[in-house]
Amino acid sequence: MVTILPFLFTEQGMRALTNIGQLIFKRFKASKAMVADADGITKLSLLIMGLGHLLRRQWVKGLVLLGAQIAFVFFMITSGINNLIGLGTLGTRSQERVWSEARGIYVVIPGDNSMLFLLFGVATVFIVLGFLALYWLNFKGAYANQKTLEAGKTPLSLKAEVGVYLNEKYHITVLALPILLTFLFTIVPLVFMILIAFTNFDRLNQPPGNLFTWVGFTNFSAALWQDPLKSRTFFALLSWTLTWAVLATGLNYVFGMVLAIMINKKGIQLKRMWRTIFVITIAVPQFVSLLLMSQLLADLGTFNVILRNLGLIDQNIRFLTDPTLAKITVVVVNLWVGVPYSMLITSGILMNIPTDLYESARIDGASAWVQFWKITIPYMLFVTGPYLITQFIGNINNFNVIFLLTGGGPLSLQYFQAGQTDLLVTWLYKLTVNEQNYSLASTIGIFIFMLSAFFSLVIFNKTTSLQQEEDFQ
Amino acid sequence: MNGLKQQQKVANGLIYFVLSTMSVVWLLPIVWLIISSFRKELGAYTPYVWPRELTLDNYILLFTDTQLFNYPRWFMNTLFVAVLTSIVSTVLVLLTSYALSRLRFKMRRPLMNVALVLGMFPGFMSMIAIYHILKAFNLTQTLYALVLVYSGGAALGYYISKGFFDTIPRSIDESAMLDGASKNTIFWKIILPLSRPIIIYTILISFIAPWVDFIFVSVIMKDNVSNYTVALGLYQMLSRENIFRYFTRFAAGSVLIAIPITLLFIYMQKYYISGVTGGSVKG
Repeated sequence: MVTILPFLFTEQGMRALTNIGQLIFKRFKASKAMVADADGITKLSLLIMGLGHLLRRQWVKGLVLLGAQIAFVFFMITSGINNLIGLGTLGTRSQERVWSEARGIYVVIPGDNSMLFLLFGVATVFIVLGFLALYWLNFKGAYANQKTLEAGKTPLSLKAEVGVYLNEKYHITVLALPILLTFLFTIVPLVFMILIAFTNFDRLNQPPGNLFTWVGFTNFSAALWQDPLKSRTFFALLSWTLTWAVLATGLNYVFGMVLAIMINKKGIQLKRMWRTIFVITIAVPQFVSLLLMSQLLADLGTFNVILRNLGLIDQNIRFLTDPTLAKITVVVVNLWVGVPYSMLITSGILMNIPTDLYESARIDGASAWVQFWKITIPYMLFVTGPYLITQFIGNINNFNVIFLLTGGGPLSLQYFQAGQTDLLVTWLYKLTVNEQNYSLASTIGIFIFMLSAFFSLVIFNKTTSLQQEEDFQ
Repeated sequence: MNGLKQQQKVANGLIYFVLSTMSVVWLLPIVWLIISSFRKELGAYTPYVWPRELTLDNYILLFTDTQLFNYPRWFMNTLFVAVLTSIVSTVLVLLTSYALSRLRFKMRRPLMNVALVLGMFPGFMSMIAIYHILKAFNLTQTLYALVLVYSGGAALGYYISKGFFDTIPRSIDESAMLDGASKNTIFWKIILPLSRPIIIYTILISFIAPWVDFIFVSVIMKDNVSNYTVALGLYQMLSRENIFRYFTRFAAGSVLIAIPITLLFIYMQKYYISGVTGGSVKG
């Protein structure tokens, strides 16, 4: 779909597609062969699940599969089918006020709750998928049992089966809980959010009072070109987000490295003391330091007060309220917050650069400057490549620094619910919490994902080729 | 030779100067925070730098004046969430990184790629959905919901732990398997005892998270003040109505939680660096 498109254009994307295609094709061929080869009992288990196990003395597995089938059919008949239909319509009756003769007042009759429809619909889809997987396992198991019997051996007892799951198939046991929880708390909500981007769920269309419904790609087109206010906001925020990410990542990295090199230099005493001083500033929780800075730099805040007392300025500098100045301030404060981190990381690496590289360079007559450019920089970039990528993506989504310092302001009438220093992600927050325009928020979220994915893949591909070059050298 | 030595000395002197200036700049806001926490006069900022009167009232009032801002309650809430989160997260992360590091199975690469892709979605997005899902089941505004939110997706953050497990030599596993141990036994009896550093690191990282996060808790708790965590409570102290009266108390509250977190962080420092660089070098 739309989100996968950029991924497809990379070599890895193509390879992944062909792999998936091959897998499905192989499975299909295999299953056809298995059905042809299946005997009576195995074929029956296609109709009644668990039969292939029960009749071959694997009682527990068989009972579980049969129970699952009965439960599933029951579920589908009572609610499942309705849920799926509801998923398509997202509710048809809205809340009504009806005159009630008996009570002499207007009574509110609750209507369909679109949110619950969406929720149950999605849940039902997942249940159906889960059942299909179980169905496939049922058939595979029955067929495997058949083959075991044909070979003259007996199918595994319960005890032996448990042993397999603790050894050869241990990865299944170990990953079951993490995958389940990740699925419930990351994947299902994400699917949910992606679907909401295709609805018109906002403040006017909120359950339980009102319904919302599918609107297709309207939100996407509105953000991109149709609605001038929204699209102007989107592109302005997009360019600022990218500018910010580049500045924040680059400057932090450079300054951190410079700081690390200075501390690491031969002849500088008290290395640990210098490092600890800078570490203290990051150990203080980020929201505390940022809220602090927002007070220090306020229009009437301490910084301005001190500067005025010193006679350096007559008017308060609007660090956080003037559009251009706010952007600069935000980058500078981010330096204050982030340089200690990059200093720590680059320090660790600097200390690990093999000294014989420098020795041989010095013997060859290279000056300190040349050594720096030809040895230190390439080595650092090589090792911290992945770190830089994660930092860049992290800065695209860097909610705290912007929100706590300026609240995304100063607000602008030109933008839809956004300010001059808002990133796409803080705009997302405002749309959700203040404006309750969930559908637009989800749309923006999807765009942010596409942005992050695009950069990750492009930069990742470039650095892997760079790494191979380094190995050659 | 003398010229070079002179050059070195000048360079070093310059560096000391720069380092000292930078240290002052870096530490200044923190120092200001500590000073403000002892300041008696109210208000977010004063037209002068050093307080006219110093007092311990701000710290005392944090614990005694709990009508509007219940600091002790926030503290217990956050402690509760932090303990549960660190347990659940650590279990999830260790299981996942062990499986992806030591075990070989067909879906290994695809799973790692899926985790990578999932991590690219802004975390906030799934948070809104979780909020709606919880609302549909009337589970919002509880501390348990918060624990679930913080630790549910923990398995996705397996990189550092996996990097650590990768450094344990395979020969240990192999000799154990020759002796007839199942993979399960190997995990519990051999690998885990060797992994104390990374276990401690994971526990500490997931323990610190609820103390410093305020976005997630603000969306989940909304106006259920009795379930606020320290981060969200302190943030409320700085709202427009409250800031004049409560800024100095905010400073005191911040200092109180900054101290243990700073100590934890310094303790963890060595693991953090080796984790990030070790992971990236090994790939």
